[in-house]
Amino acid sequence: MKKLSIGLILVALVVMFGGAVQAQEITELNIWWAEWDPAGYLQQIGNEYEAETGIKVNVVQTPWGSYYGRVTTEWAAQGNAFDMVVGDSQWLGQAVTEGHYADLTEFMTTANDDGVSIADTVTPATLSYYGEYPAGSASYYAYPTEGDANGFAYRVDLFEDPEEMAAFETAYGYPLAVPQTWAELRDIAEFFTRPDDGQYGVGVYTQIDYDAITMGFENIFFSYGADWSDADLNVLGVVNSPESVAALELYRELYTFAPPGTNNAFFAEMNDLFVNGQAAMVMNYFAFFPALDNASINPYRDVTGYFSMPAGPDGDRFAALGGQGMSVNNYIDDARKQASLDFITWFATEEVQARWAEVGGYTCNINVLQSEAFLTQTPYNAAFAESMTFVKDFYNIPEFGTLLESAQRNLHAHIVGGEGTAQETMDNMAAEIDEALADAGYFD
Amino acid sequence: MSTTSSTTAQVVNNRTAVARRQMSDAAITRLFILPTIILLIVMNIFPLIYSLFLSFTEYSVIANAPPVWVGLENYVDILTDTRFWHHFAVTGRYALASVALQTVVGFGLAMLLRNKFKGSPLITTLILVPMMLSPIVVAKFWELIFSPSYGIFNYLIGFTGINPNTAWLGDSTLALWAVVIVDVWMWSPFVMLLVLAGLSAIPEYLYEAASIDRASGWFQFRRITLPQVMPLLLIAVLFRTIEAFKQFDLVSGLTGGGPGDATQTVSIRLYQLAFGDFDTGKASALAYIVLVVIIAVSNLYIRALNRAREG
Repeated sequence: MKKLSIGLILVALVVMFGGAVQAQEITELNIWWAEWDPAGYLQQIGNEYEAETGIKVNVVQTPWGSYYGRVTTEWAAQGNAFDMVVGDSQWLGQAVTEGHYADLTEFMTTANDDGVSIADTVTPATLSYYGEYPAGSASYYAYPTEGDANGFAYRVDLFEDPEEMAAFETAYGYPLAVPQTWAELRDIAEFFTRPDDGQYGVGVYTQIDYDAITMGFENIFFSYGADWSDADLNVLGVVNSPESVAALELYRELYTFAPPGTNNAFFAEMNDLFVNGQAAMVMNYFAFFPALDNASINPYRDVTGYFSMPAGPDGDRFAALGGQGMSVNNYIDDARKQASLDFITWFATEEVQARWAEVGGYTCNINVLQSEAFLTQTPYNAAFAESMTFVKDFYNIPEFGTLLESAQRNLHAHIVGGEGTAQETMDNMAAEIDEALADAGYFD
Repeated sequence: MSTTSSTTAQVVNNRTAVARRQMSDAAITRLFILPTIILLIVMNIFPLIYSLFLSFTEYSVIANAPPVWVGLENYVDILTDTRFWHHFAVTGRYALASVALQTVVGFGLAMLLRNKFKGSPLITTLILVPMMLSPIVVAKFWELIFSPSYGIFNYLIGFTGINPNTAWLGDSTLALWAVVIVDVWMWSPFVMLLVLAGLSAIPEYLYEAASIDRASGWFQFRRITLPQVMPLLLIAVLFRTIEAFKQFDLVSGLTGGGPGDATQTVSIRLYQLAFGDFDTGKASALAYIVLVVIIAVSNLYIRALNRAREG
């Protein structure tokens, strides 16, 4: 009996200490991100981290449509399936107020031996949009990882065809060129819409699942001088202002110049339209343009050009913000948190950020972004760098899901379904958003 | 030492055997049922009761905050919100159209395949294939078929004079019909299968007697075939109605509830509430309302089924 007791104690000690040793030795890190090219690039970078440190990095990818749902399900379970998550900027409010993201303020703002903090290395706009909550609080919860914005790809061969140029000028009274305003873009889209030839003017986002149609619409919405609220978070008279109604009318009109069947289209469909020669211009996030710069995918690669968002009637230019920041899961143990911070520290170095940009990621590092090597690396990097100076985002408050659902449903009903007028759509949306904000206690 | 151990083991075994012999049949029955009961309580009963409790609270499963009792507020909110009635109306229209068409098509197919002919087993198997597929695969497959650019659907029904560029999934008035068409394609074989089982069970002498009495084909169908098949047909309709009220995956894959909310069934709205807005309390309340509706509809069918059996 005594021998048995000693044996059991020994087994228990081995299990305890074995477990403790195992807990301290982090051999793998899991990062969750949506299923798209940049996640593949991050896996490449992760492989290089493994080569340097021996710690394996797994970038687990989930399709965009179900990504938010998967992450929030893990939050609900307070699970540790991921150590880091590259999350949308809109998630910040919810994730911070509900305690899902670890506070990175001290980590981001503590200066290194050279007197430079990680926060100093990224552009202020990306630090604010991807990492800071609430806005202006200097509290950070994410490292700006993938900067992104909406831009356009276009067919240079069509735009520079002498016959097309002459015909366009005759029809519209000004030369055919890269559009400087949304009104010009509308004319060009109409001009190239030739259903009998299977050719259409423009591809625009229409997907209802998550945020695509809202993000596409925001490009015009903001540029027309509209906004989601005023400084006091008032919505009525703002979301349904004459400017926003005009913006919606234009977006709906652009949809009529899009190929039929693009009623639920997002990034993959945009690139498909372009490589199939169906559209003269397509809207897309810059992160999806590498596919168009690949001759094995895009037969028009050599005649593909890129431009940033045109201006609204008053010259304002805005691009819907894409991209994400990398946050640390608050539900993992301290050892895993430290290992995650070590990875971010390594990832944030200028050398690795240059490599990140080289493999295809959109760095937010100031020095790398301004480097000649970056600006000339791809045909779309210059347009991307320009766009990142006028990005603007949707709400990032905890209730963003409810507000986004209202925007998606109302916009899709009018733009795709043709239901109601633009004024009725924006009135409905404004009323619903106002009610949701009131229910959440913002107007007490 | 070893002798002592073997003796002790023998005594223990003997005691166990005696104990087993002394167990009553009822005790053994309970012993066998217990694991299932525990599983049911943990996996079904507890979630059912807990979600009923949550339906009376304001609660978000991801908010790291305890549920707050709000009484009937969630139920009142749902039942006084015109949007929810819209979702119920969409679900009702969808269920009615879908189940009615499936019944007609399924019954028709069963009648056609009732008499064996060369190749009928192969044809029956092929007809059953759609219901064996994953609904999401079916949805993605039909998304391509409906595409106005390259889909075959508009081409196949071109004889009706329809616009070849009709966007079935992008038109608020057509999108629900598109989902109905896919559901009918997928699930009519299920109705066919049950009706075929019913048809094969009808005694041949009934038709022989009717023929001797010079009963017409229509009379035989109305007075022999239909009454005999009715119990199984009602079971098929019951299952399909319940499934139609819960429809989620086909709609999600085909339209995502759009355009706007033109095809947003109650289940799609429930999913958005639960996993988009994370309003767990209201989502639980809506789930219970759906449960009550399904139980009520099922009761109507079961009464009809009992009448059919008695008749």
